[in-house]
Amino acid sequence: MAWLIEFLTSSIGKKLVMALTGLFLVLFLVVHLIGNLQLFYGDGGQAFNVYAHFMTTNPLVKFLSIGLYAGILLHAIQGVLIAWQNKKAKGSNYAVTTYKNGTWMSKNMALLGILIFGFLCIHMGDFWYSMKFTDTVPMITYEGVDYQVKDLYGKVYLAFTKWWIVVIYLIGLIAISLHLIHGFTSSFASLGLVHKKYTPIIKMIGWSYSILIPLGFAAIPLFVFFKNLWNY
Amino acid sequence: MDLKANIPEGPLAEKWNKYRGSMDLVAPNNKRRLDVIVVGTGLAGAAAAATLGELGYNVKAFTFHDSPRRAHSIAAQGGINAAKNYQNDGDSIHRLFYDTIKGGDYRSREANVHRLAECSTEIIDQAVAQGVPFAREYGGLLTNRSFGGVQVSRTFYARGQTGQQLLLGAYQSLSRQIGKGQVKMYNRHEMLDLVKIDGKARGIITRNLLTGEITRHAAHCVVLATGGYGNVFYLSTNAMGCNVSAGWRAVKKGALMANPCFTQIHPTCIPVSGEYQSKLTLMSESLRNDGRVWVPKTVEDAQAIRDGKKTGLDIPEQDRDYYLERRYPAFGNLVPRDVASRAAKIATDENKGIVKTGLGVFLDFAAAIERYGKGEAMSQNIDNPSKEKITELGEGVIRAKYGNLFQMYEKITGENPYKYPMKIYPAVHYTMGGIWVDYNLQTNVPGLFALGEANFSDHGANRLGASALMQGLADGYFVIPYTIGQFLSHEIRTPKISTDTPEFEAAEKATKERISGLFAIDGTESVESFHRRLGKIMWEYCGMSRSAEGLKKGRQLIQELRKEFATKLFIPGSADEFNPELEKAMRVEDFLDLGELMMVDALDRNESCGGHFREEYKSPEGEAMRNDEDYTYVSAWEWDDQGNPILHKEDLVFENVELKTRSYK
Amino acid sequence: MKLTLKVWRQKNANAKGHFESHAVEADEHMSFLEMLDVLNETLISQRKEPVVFDHDCREGICGSCGLVINGRPHGPQAGTTACQLHMRSYKDGDTITIEPFRATSFPVIKDLAVDRSSFDKIIQSGGYISVNTGQAPDGNAIAIEKEQASDAFDSAACIGCGACVAACPNGSAMLFTSAKVNHLGKIPQGEVEHKHRVKNMIKQMDKEGFGKCSNVGACEVECPKEISISNIANMNRYYLASVFGGQ
Repeated sequence: MAWLIEFLTSSIGKKLVMALTGLFLVLFLVVHLIGNLQLFYGDGGQAFNVYAHFMTTNPLVKFLSIGLYAGILLHAIQGVLIAWQNKKAKGSNYAVTTYKNGTWMSKNMALLGILIFGFLCIHMGDFWYSMKFTDTVPMITYEGVDYQVKDLYGKVYLAFTKWWIVVIYLIGLIAISLHLIHGFTSSFASLGLVHKKYTPIIKMIGWSYSILIPLGFAAIPLFVFFKNLWNY
Repeated sequence: MDLKANIPEGPLAEKWNKYRGSMDLVAPNNKRRLDVIVVGTGLAGAAAAATLGELGYNVKAFTFHDSPRRAHSIAAQGGINAAKNYQNDGDSIHRLFYDTIKGGDYRSREANVHRLAECSTEIIDQAVAQGVPFAREYGGLLTNRSFGGVQVSRTFYARGQTGQQLLLGAYQSLSRQIGKGQVKMYNRHEMLDLVKIDGKARGIITRNLLTGEITRHAAHCVVLATGGYGNVFYLSTNAMGCNVSAGWRAVKKGALMANPCFTQIHPTCIPVSGEYQSKLTLMSESLRNDGRVWVPKTVEDAQAIRDGKKTGLDIPEQDRDYYLERRYPAFGNLVPRDVASRAAKIATDENKGIVKTGLGVFLDFAAAIERYGKGEAMSQNIDNPSKEKITELGEGVIRAKYGNLFQMYEKITGENPYKYPMKIYPAVHYTMGGIWVDYNLQTNVPGLFALGEANFSDHGANRLGASALMQGLADGYFVIPYTIGQFLSHEIRTPKISTDTPEFEAAEKATKERISGLFAIDGTESVESFHRRLGKIMWEYCGMSRSAEGLKKGRQLIQELRKEFATKLFIPGSADEFNPELEKAMRVEDFLDLGELMMVDALDRNESCGGHFREEYKSPEGEAMRNDEDYTYVSAWEWDDQGNPILHKEDLVFENVELKTRSYK
Repeated sequence: MKLTLKVWRQKNANAKGHFESHAVEADEHMSFLEMLDVLNETLISQRKEPVVFDHDCREGICGSCGLVINGRPHGPQAGTTACQLHMRSYKDGDTITIEPFRATSFPVIKDLAVDRSSFDKIIQSGGYISVNTGQAPDGNAIAIEKEQASDAFDSAACIGCGACVAACPNGSAMLFTSAKVNHLGKIPQGEVEHKHRVKNMIKQMDKEGFGKCSNVGACEVECPKEISISNIANMNRYYLASVFGGQ
C-alpha cells in the first residue's frame, strides 16, 4: 500500500485524482441535463416530478449520489489544496500580468472552482435541500401514478420567475463553462492521453461540450423567466 | 628545462594500444583512497570527472557556472569527426590522423594525433549509448556530413546542436556520479590559484562566487579542463565567461604555456554591427557545404552595397568573385578555416567588403537552393516546375539542413538569409595553443594535467572543423582515465592531502591579497573598458595577420595598458558577495599577461603556419610560408616571477608523414 | 532609441527587493543583454553597483540568461532567449519592466540572477542512461527510426534555462522534467531503465518544491526551444504505467 500512498501524494497522483473526479462530474452534467430537459414538457410537470421522485428515493440512485457528493468534495478540496500548494511554489507574482502565454481560465481554475462551489451550495439549498429535508415543497398526485410526489416542478417555475435567481444561475453556468473549457482537455492531458491525431478531436469535443451543456442548463431559467414575463 | 613528451616506443599505429596494455594501474581498493580535482566541467572536464568517478576515484569537480551544463562546449554547432568509415568513402584512422596533422600545418605531435584518431570511433559509440540523438538515415543508421579541409564525410552531427547534445551526454554521466556521491560538484566556484607541495600539484584555492568565500581544496592531483582563451580578443565566439585564469594561475606556478599565438579565426561569423557589441556569433562551418563565398569584382559595386544602394541580389553572376572557388579549385568553399579566413581578409583589404564597416563578405545559398529545388522537384515528379516552385522546394531542403542556423542569423541581423545572401566575416573562435602537456596529458608540473582546449596538444597551428568536440571527449573519456594512473599509481602510499600546510596557507593569503589589492586601486574605469581595449590591441597586432613591427608595438601597448589597469581600475561592490565585476577583473588581469605572451610567441615564430600568419613570410600569391627548417618545434613558455617569458622548445619529430606545403588548390 | 527600464534590484537572497527606474539609450541592432551592458557601464561610471544577471554564451544555447521582460520570460519573441532578443523589437519611448524568474524553487541570488540548482538535482536523480565509459556497443549496432530519433531530439533540445518554471503560474517544472524523460525514454538505449527514471525524477521534482502542472501551457509558449507540452502528458502516462504496470 505504501506505493499507493506515494502515488496519491505525488504531484501527478494528485492531478490524476483531479482529472478522474473532473471527468466523472462532466459525465454527471449530461445525466443531470437530460433529466432537467423534462421541465420543458407541457405536461404540468408530471414527467419531471416523477423523475425527481425516482432520483430521490431509488436506493441505487441514492447510493450513486453518495459517489457524486464524494466526487464533488474530493475535486473541490483537492483543487483548493493544489491551488494553495501551487501558490506557495510560485512565491510571488510578476509586476506585469500577461495572458499571452495562457488563457485567463487556465490561470484561474481555482477561482472558477470556488465560484462554482458557491453556486452549487445555493442551487442545492434551493431545490435539493428544500425537497429532501423541508416541507416547503407541496405534494401532488398525478393520474396514473399511484403514489404522491413532491411538486419540484412548481418550485422551479416559481424560483425562476425572480430575476436575481436567474442572474445567479447564469453566472454559475458561465463559471462552469469556463471551468470546463480548460478542464475538459486538461483532464485528458493529466491522464496522459495525448496524440497528434486525436488530441485536436478531444479539444473540439471539449469546446463544444463546455459551451453546449451550460447553454442547455441556462435555457431552463431563461425559458421560465421569459415565459412568466410574457405570460404564455 | 628538459621537456619530455614521454611518447611510447613502437610503430605509430601500435603505440597507444601497447602503452595502454602495459601502463601502471591503480587497484580498485586504492582508487577509493585517491582524490582527484577536476577544474572545468565542459566536454573534457565532465567526461573526465564522470569517468574517473566510474572508476572509483574520489572526484571533486569545479565550475564557475551555475551548472556543468552551461559550459561553452554547448555552443559547438556543426559536428564531431570520427574515422568510422560508415560512408564507405575510404576513411580510416590513418586518414583522420593525416588530415588532422596536415590541417594543423605540421605543428602537432604525431603520436597524440594518432591516438586522437583511434579514440574518435569509441566516442561515437559512447555518445550513442548515452542517448545523444545523432542524425540518422531512414534506415535508422547514423549519417555524416563533410567539413572543411577533408575529402571524406566523417562528421557526425545532431542538427546544429552537436556540442549541446554531446555536452548533455557528458553532463548526464557526470550527474549520475554526483547522484552516487562519487563526484562532489562545486558549482559557482572559480579556481584562483594552484597549490604545489614538494613540486607536485596538490590542490587549488577557490572563490565561492556567491559568497566570496575563499576555500582550500586538496587532492592527490589536479586536472585542468578549463577551455580556451579566445576572449583575450574581447570579441570572439567564446562565451562571456570563457577565460584563461585557471591555466594562467598554473603557469604562474611553473606550468608552461605552449604555442599561445596559435589562435583560430573562424571564417563564418556574423559581422560586427557596432561599438556596443559584446560577442560574436558563429555560423557553423557546415554552411560552407552548400554556401558559396563571394565579394563583388569591383570596388564600386562593393561601395554601393556598403552604402545601401544595392544588395547582393543586384550584382549579376559575372560581376561576382567567388574567390575561394577561384583560388582553391580542389577544395573550393571547403578549404580549412585559416585559409578561408585569410582569403576573406585579402578581399576586404582590397576594399571589397560588403557591410558598413567594410568587414564582411557574402555567403550565398541561392545556387544550392536552386540545385536542391530541382532535385526535389524531380523526386516529387513535378514536370517543368516554375522558378518559384523550385525556390520553395529548395528552401525546404536548406531549412531541413540548417533551419536553426538560418533562424539564428535572422534573429541577430533582422535579415532573411533565404532571400538575401548571408553576410559573414572571420572571428576569433578557438585557441590551439594552451598548457604544455606530455603524451599522458600531464604538464611539466607533476600531478597537474590539462585536457581539451586548455592544452595545446592535438591541433597544431590550425584546428579542422568538428575536431574540438572529438579532442575534448577523447581526452576526457578515453585518455586521462588511463594516463592519470601513470601518476597516481605512485601515490597509493600518499595519505590524504591536508589543506593545513604552509603552501595552502600562503596560496590562500596571496589570493586574498590579490583581491583586496584590486579593490584598493579604486580608480575610475570599468573592467569592461580595459578588456575592450586589450581586445582591440590583440586583434590589430596579433589577429589574422601579424608583423614583427606590429607585434613589438602590440606588446608595448599591452604593457602600458597593464600599468593603467593597475592604477585606474574600479570595481563596484565588495569581495564577500556575488560580484561579477570582481570576477571579470581577475580574468582580465590574467588576459593582460597572456596577451603579452601571445605577442612574444608570435614574434618568435618567424614563419607563417596555420592560424599564425606573418606578413613577412608569404608566397607571391599571398599563401602562408612555413619554415620547417627552423620552427618545427613547440614553443613552451615559462613566465618567471618578474613576468619575463622564457622559451623552452620541444622539437617535433615526424616519422610517419612527410612535411609538405599545405595545398588546397 | 530612448527607453525607460524598471529593473528589479535585490541585494541578496534574504533582502527585500524593489524596482528601480533607469533611462537608457539603445540601438536597434543591440541585443537585449547588450542594452543592459550599456546600462551597467553607465552605473559603474557613476560608481553604482551594476545590475547582476546571469548570461554566458549569448547565442541562445547555454541557458544561463533568464529575465522576465514585461511579464514574459525571455521577452516577447517566440523561440528566442533573452540574449538573442534584439532591440528592434522595441520602439523609442517604451518602458520595459525587467524581473527575475519567480518561483520558490528558484530563489533570487541577486537582482535578476536566480538559483536553478534544483534542475541539476532532478537530472542527478535519474536523468541519464546508466552506461559507463567503455561499455558501449558500436554506434550502428541498434538502428533507430529517423522519426523517433527526431522526436527524441525535439525533447533533448531543452537548454535548462527554467523559463518554463518562470512562466508557469504554478511554478511547475514538469516541462523541464518531462523533456528529459521523453528524450531518454524515446530511444532504445534509454528504454531499459525508463520506468525507474520516471519515478525517481518525479519524486525529486516534487521534493524540490515545484508546483503541480495544470496544463496552462505557458511553459510551451515561453520555451525558447519550443518544447511541446505534449511531453508532459506523455510523462503522466509513463508515470501511471510505471506505478500501475509491471510488478
